[in-house]
Amino acid sequence: MENIVSLKNIVVEFEDSERILKNISLDIKDKEFVTFLGPSGCGKTTTLRIIAGFLEPTSGDVYFDGKRINGLPPHKRNVNTVFQRYALFPHLNVYENIAFGLRVNNVPEKEIVSRVGQMLEMVNLMGFEKRSVNRLSGGQQQRVAIARALVNRPKVLLLDEPLGALDLKLRKEMQIELRKIQQELELTFVYVTHDQEEALTMSDSIVVMNNGNIQQIGSPTDIYNEPVNAFVADFIGESNIVNGCMPQDCVVEFTGRRFECVDKGFSPNETVDVVIRPEDVKVIPADKAKLTGIVESVVFKGVHYEMIVDGVDHKWVIHSTKAEPVGSMIGMTFDPFDIHIMKKTEEA
Amino acid sequence: MKLKYFSAPYLVWMVVFIVVPLLMIAYFAFTNDDGGLTIKHISDVGQYANIFVRSIWLSLVATAICLVVAYPVSFILSRMEKHKQGTMLMIVMLPMWMNFLLRTYAWMTLLGNNGIINHLFGLVGMGPFKLINTSGAVVLGMVYNYLPFMILPLYSVMEKIDKSLFEAASDLGCSSGKTLLRVVIPLSMPGITSGITMVFVPAISTFIISRMLGGGSNLLIGDLIEMQFLGNAYNPHLGAAISLVLMVIILVIMTVMNQFDPDDQVLM
Repeated sequence: MENIVSLKNIVVEFEDSERILKNISLDIKDKEFVTFLGPSGCGKTTTLRIIAGFLEPTSGDVYFDGKRINGLPPHKRNVNTVFQRYALFPHLNVYENIAFGLRVNNVPEKEIVSRVGQMLEMVNLMGFEKRSVNRLSGGQQQRVAIARALVNRPKVLLLDEPLGALDLKLRKEMQIELRKIQQELELTFVYVTHDQEEALTMSDSIVVMNNGNIQQIGSPTDIYNEPVNAFVADFIGESNIVNGCMPQDCVVEFTGRRFECVDKGFSPNETVDVVIRPEDVKVIPADKAKLTGIVESVVFKGVHYEMIVDGVDHKWVIHSTKAEPVGSMIGMTFDPFDIHIMKKTEEA
Repeated sequence: MKLKYFSAPYLVWMVVFIVVPLLMIAYFAFTNDDGGLTIKHISDVGQYANIFVRSIWLSLVATAICLVVAYPVSFILSRMEKHKQGTMLMIVMLPMWMNFLLRTYAWMTLLGNNGIINHLFGLVGMGPFKLINTSGAVVLGMVYNYLPFMILPLYSVMEKIDKSLFEAASDLGCSSGKTLLRVVIPLSMPGITSGITMVFVPAISTFIISRMLGGGSNLLIGDLIEMQFLGNAYNPHLGAAISLVLMVIILVIMTVMNQFDPDDQVLM
């Protein structure tokens, strides 16, 4: 697969010399569903706006289909955007909103009718042609926004937190629908979200961002199972993160105890972040365990119980299908491969 | 809802000071001195057709100039940072703090044959030009006095246009020119129509501007009406008839304007 969009050493500084993006390089492959994931203010929307052309980077190069496109205005780029708050034209009805890009580019009327018709069918809005966009529900406006962008057959569709304003059930439906559309049309989707579950559900590849830097790029499974640092581990799903050190290869020490692990290559007694997923903490009887704690609270979460256990130096979050009584002493253990060791990052 | 009773004072005001005078104008227009019904005065209005045509023409020209000047100003104003907008709006409004007569009088001295402008032309060996007492001076006076009434409604409509709509237009293939045609102008239509109304109506019925800047040869309807009530030609019946005809003309023009506004928000 070829790279459709490439960013090379992108830096964005605003007037007050605040660095929004600090040297970002990134390749997006053709026909891929890529998600920029990170907390608000991490620079993910800024990166999207650079690809769309609404923002010029302070330094660095943007390539599209192998050609450098710095300075090319948005209307000359073969990408279309689905805006966060849809940005539908209030003076036009559903049909005219979708037809907008085609009319601007002087597409013949006959072709407009058939292409807008296809789009209406695809997003399930047949019969709404004459409806004012102000009289649509959030979900319907969302569909119009997607149709309005896709009708132009862009090579890349940029989506800026498009589902943020929808309720949970609708959001899940739209996630599946968007993924289906992307696969059917064989397009590149670049999707911005702060919702890690959304990112894991939809993406071929996830770009985790924080503080204007890329933290990790990888498939959803890689990012979840092999986070490269404590930030990614914490942001993608819940995690127990404790300070530890590596006295030797395959042995890690935390909360004053030594555990067997599978990581090597650290310098002797290097301090590290130890990350353990809540579902990887195994509950065993207290008298058989190296590590014990007292159950502080139990919350039923549907599929599992979430327990907060007060151990030495750390409150452990544990996901288990079996609840232990509050106040009881339990033991905890971990399989060696469930203990993830990470180098300390400079910015905490 | 008991709330509607609070509008009672305004209702009384409207009846006493607007509806009753309107009926009185209609009554005067259709009667003679003896109180007998007649359409003589209405038909007499026809004699002044040339003044009507001149008034409509000059105020249309002034309105058009106001629109062309105010549109870019309002757009730039509406896209400025919020705290700068306040200051700029104040500057736009500033001339209105000065008395209307005084402002117009100032133009007399500027435009006069020995006025400052001709004096400046004289310094470079040109002129003097005849600036005052021309129809151009009347249009200038109208534009100068009524420009803020065009800027304000345009600004208030444009200020509400979401910036992301411009980005969306650009994203969908619009150059700046196409964005203007396809997004900005359609969305500012209510401002355009109410601005036109707010400039055209006072301009067509003004009499001070034409009196001071137009000399004797640029009589407008307003002057004509004034002469019937306060001048030597004293004839309130004719004055009322002219006012009535003017009202009908304005009404017709505004109804035509309404056709351009999808939301029927034109001030009438």
